[in-house]
Amino acid sequence: MTDVLAKVGFLALAALNGAIIFTIMDVKGASWMQRRPGPLHVGLRGFIFPLAEILKFVQKEDIIPTEVDRPVFKWAPAYVMVSCVALFAVVPMSPTLVVADLELGVFFALAISSLGTIGVLTAGWSSANKYSLMGGLRAAGQLIAYELPLILAVVGVVIQAETMSLVGIVEKQIEWGVPFVVGGQIVGFLIFMVAATAEMMRVPFDMPIGESELTMGFMTEYSGIRFLIFYISEYMNMFILCAIASTLFLGGYHVPLLPTEWVNFYGPVVLLTKTAILGFILVAIRWSQPRFREDQLQNLAWKILIPASLVNILVTAIMKVGF
Amino acid sequence: MEIFEIVTYFVLLLLVSTALRVVTTSNVIHAAISLVFTLALTSVLFLLLSTEFVALVLVLVYIGAVIVLFLFGIMITRAPLGKNAELDNDKNKKLGAAIAGSIFFLFSYILVNGFDGQVVVTSGSSTELLGEILLSRFVFPFELVSFVLLAALIGGITLARKDEALIDEDQV
Repeated sequence: MTDVLAKVGFLALAALNGAIIFTIMDVKGASWMQRRPGPLHVGLRGFIFPLAEILKFVQKEDIIPTEVDRPVFKWAPAYVMVSCVALFAVVPMSPTLVVADLELGVFFALAISSLGTIGVLTAGWSSANKYSLMGGLRAAGQLIAYELPLILAVVGVVIQAETMSLVGIVEKQIEWGVPFVVGGQIVGFLIFMVAATAEMMRVPFDMPIGESELTMGFMTEYSGIRFLIFYISEYMNMFILCAIASTLFLGGYHVPLLPTEWVNFYGPVVLLTKTAILGFILVAIRWSQPRFREDQLQNLAWKILIPASLVNILVTAIMKVGF
Repeated sequence: MEIFEIVTYFVLLLLVSTALRVVTTSNVIHAAISLVFTLALTSVLFLLLSTEFVALVLVLVYIGAVIVLFLFGIMITRAPLGKNAELDNDKNKKLGAAIAGSIFFLFSYILVNGFDGQVVVTSGSSTELLGEILLSRFVFPFELVSFVLLAALIGGITLARKDEALIDEDQV
């Protein structure tokens, strides 16, 4: 029992820290790329500002409008939060430092990550606000469309690694000598990253939130702690999807040429570095790119990404059987 | 062993209560959310039976895709907040209860009679076993099912495209 509690505590802590690291990175990236001096100077050169942000949201009044569907409205952030935190359970920081090395790790991650959609949809509907409903519908359309390429991109890796366990996939990459992104899954990696960015609902795929069109999309009516949960979940999701991408495609906790006997020591550092690099690319894209149009978004998913990922599976399977 | 049974019965009790809420609530979205919990608890049941694959398929396909499409469809068409009196179908309540009861007794009779105390999977990873059986012994029905899905897909497209063609003709 204490074991389970310790694991749950570790999960919550890891998720929160991941979110905070990425929040810092996002605002610092913004200030660096767009000359916004605030996050560079306020509070220890901007590094403790997320704590102030959390304190601010916790202190704020949690306003629940009278017209909303109360239980649905109140619980909607929980689905998003749970789906993000549960993902942290399967990502290995080293062969032994993993909360649960499931035999079906990849499948678990994909299944759980699809739960967040329900939170977004019900939040949009229960707010009794047309902007929220529009945001919820856009989010659902987007999340359904991009879940498919995300799953199909991972199938290539699973075929190549012959296992669904995340530790097993990393071990296979160590055995191969090079990460899968070099060893034949470059298309899969690109599809995964594009689809993951859309799943995070970040620029250039932030139509569900789209401040200039929909105020704040499905989050419009939320305030205080419930808004904070949505806000933190976005960064948790960003962190964990980058970590999963590093594990599946970039060799996880190992880099070629480092001795495998010491993997328990350098593993977490290596994984965090890879995650941070991927995260930095997402931050750079966010602060320099405009938003897609809704039809362009759907076309990209259904006409380019899904066919490309199917071809990727076909080629991977042929290579697997043929060589 | 005992704690396992207690957990199982607790989950079953919750399952029945959420399933009842799906059919008794008079708000479509509440029904859909109750269905989410029903499916989640069913998935927990499969986990307790140590068939992780089936449990995760339930989450991925039914909660992650089917329910989301339900919610999507309901919201696009009409989804008033609060109670919806049209949903109370008092006339057919007795008929529904009779059908549900007979299905329950039929299924329990078949399950108890067919598998009484029998252990179906004895050794090995259930997922690997499932994959092997599906692609060897049951490969024909497996492929047949995919044809049914394909037919449903084509049917859906034909139904959806028909309206568009009519509109085009009207415009001409």
